[in-house]
Amino acid sequence: MPSVRIPTPLRKLTAEQDEVIISSASIGELIEELENQFPGIKNRLCDEEGNIRRFINLYVNNEDIRFLQGKDTSLKDDDVVSIIPAIAGG
Amino acid sequence: MSFVKGLKCKECGEEYPTEPLHVCEICFGPLEAVYKYDEIKESISRDIIERRGNNIWRYKELMPIDKDPTIGLQVGYTPLVRAENLGNVLGASEIYIKNDSVCFPTLSFKDRVVSVALSKAKEFGFDTAACASTGNLANAVAALTTAGNVKSYIFIPYNLEQAKIVGTTVYGSNLIGIKGTYDDVNRLCSEIAGKFGWAFVNINMRPYYAEGSKSFAFEIMEQLGWRAPKHVVVPMASGSLLTKIWKAITEFETMGLIENNDTKVYGAQALGCSPITTALKNKWEIFKPVKPNTVAKSLAIGTPADGFYAMRVMNQSRGWGEDVTDAEIIDGIKLLAETEGIFTETAGGVTIAVTKKLMSQGILPKDESIVVSITGNGLKTQEAIVNDVSQPDVINAELEEFEELYECIVNNKQGGSQNAVSANSNTP
Repeated sequence: MPSVRIPTPLRKLTAEQDEVIISSASIGELIEELENQFPGIKNRLCDEEGNIRRFINLYVNNEDIRFLQGKDTSLKDDDVVSIIPAIAGG
Repeated sequence: MSFVKGLKCKECGEEYPTEPLHVCEICFGPLEAVYKYDEIKESISRDIIERRGNNIWRYKELMPIDKDPTIGLQVGYTPLVRAENLGNVLGASEIYIKNDSVCFPTLSFKDRVVSVALSKAKEFGFDTAACASTGNLANAVAALTTAGNVKSYIFIPYNLEQAKIVGTTVYGSNLIGIKGTYDDVNRLCSEIAGKFGWAFVNINMRPYYAEGSKSFAFEIMEQLGWRAPKHVVVPMASGSLLTKIWKAITEFETMGLIENNDTKVYGAQALGCSPITTALKNKWEIFKPVKPNTVAKSLAIGTPADGFYAMRVMNQSRGWGEDVTDAEIIDGIKLLAETEGIFTETAGGVTIAVTKKLMSQGILPKDESIVVSITGNGLKTQEAIVNDVSQPDVINAELEEFEELYECIVNNKQGGSQNAVSANSNTP
């Protein structure tokens, strides 16, 4: 099953776990399943219309999902999903 | 003597205490320092500021520190140059260069932000600092942590310009090259920051770090005789500097230090990494991330964190944004060098080239005050321009040979040729 790396600001919702395993076939499903296990997390990741928030970057195996198929990006068993807040310049 | 109220989410307005935090726990929006402006207004004046040292701390009430600064005490107050030669070429009557290519100690505006971030990190009790960098930030963190007795870990894309690598490791910092783009470095650092308890200057120290950029604009306004320019052109990577220049102008107005001058803010990007200007021109709500491919590596951020806010400032101020090709960037570097004797890095080439382009489009008026932001030094990005500048004419140590060469030089100049003399350039 795909694993998800949880960033610090969300760990209060995951009982401080920094990585969780979530059964899901796409990013969209993954967000729903995260919400089932950790209520409140979807609201952090998505806005009222269900779109991923402007300041959150989601990566599947180090590739930004906006370069893949967004929320429809499919997930395989050994995929690693990272949730990364946007970062200032360098 | 703290004038900082705390941190506030720029998206949802949630408030947080003054801690090493950078994103809102509720909506992931970026946090920003907020101040007790009423108290600051009672404490500063033009006169008080003018009597202080020539460094960024002359505006310390508007910086997010609670104690006296401890790192970067001599940083800032770089020249504002009235660029008459450049103005003559461009046909502009009042154009200035804010020249951070000579910022102390590492020749870029990053010395400002890092001084604020590290002074704050020391207040918080950190003994180790880190950053993700496209080069200039690496140099500033390396030099200023060494001087301030703070340990450092610095992460960069592995293929940066040699000068930016040497200009980091020379201070003894731990430099880690990541096989990937800056956006890959950022993603990794975000995960490292979650595991290691360091002061990441552009991650968990970001709300403090970013405030340092305001000093760039505070200085411009003071150096213009306590007025804001009509127009300011700013290079954009993450877009942070542009938003902080706007914040600085607004703060000086609020403090009664300047009159409102309807300043318009213009953003500059390289065509090979132009997510912000592309979104601006297409009136998109959000920008599309890009994979950078440009000679302007210090601006090569494909997922700009402050892109949304930078767009908002350009729209609100009724400014605009443009992007330029690598060839135009090189021409921009040469134009500034050949007119004003200022050698800027590729980011400065972007800013000059965009200024020129906006003027030719009639967007930037030629008869009003314009400040062009030059944020880094050309000696750091020599690879970008080495094939576009002439090589020396080599001769033997014989007077006759020089006289012969001199004839060639003078004749070529009279012939109007821009090319350097090459008649004897291969003489051993």
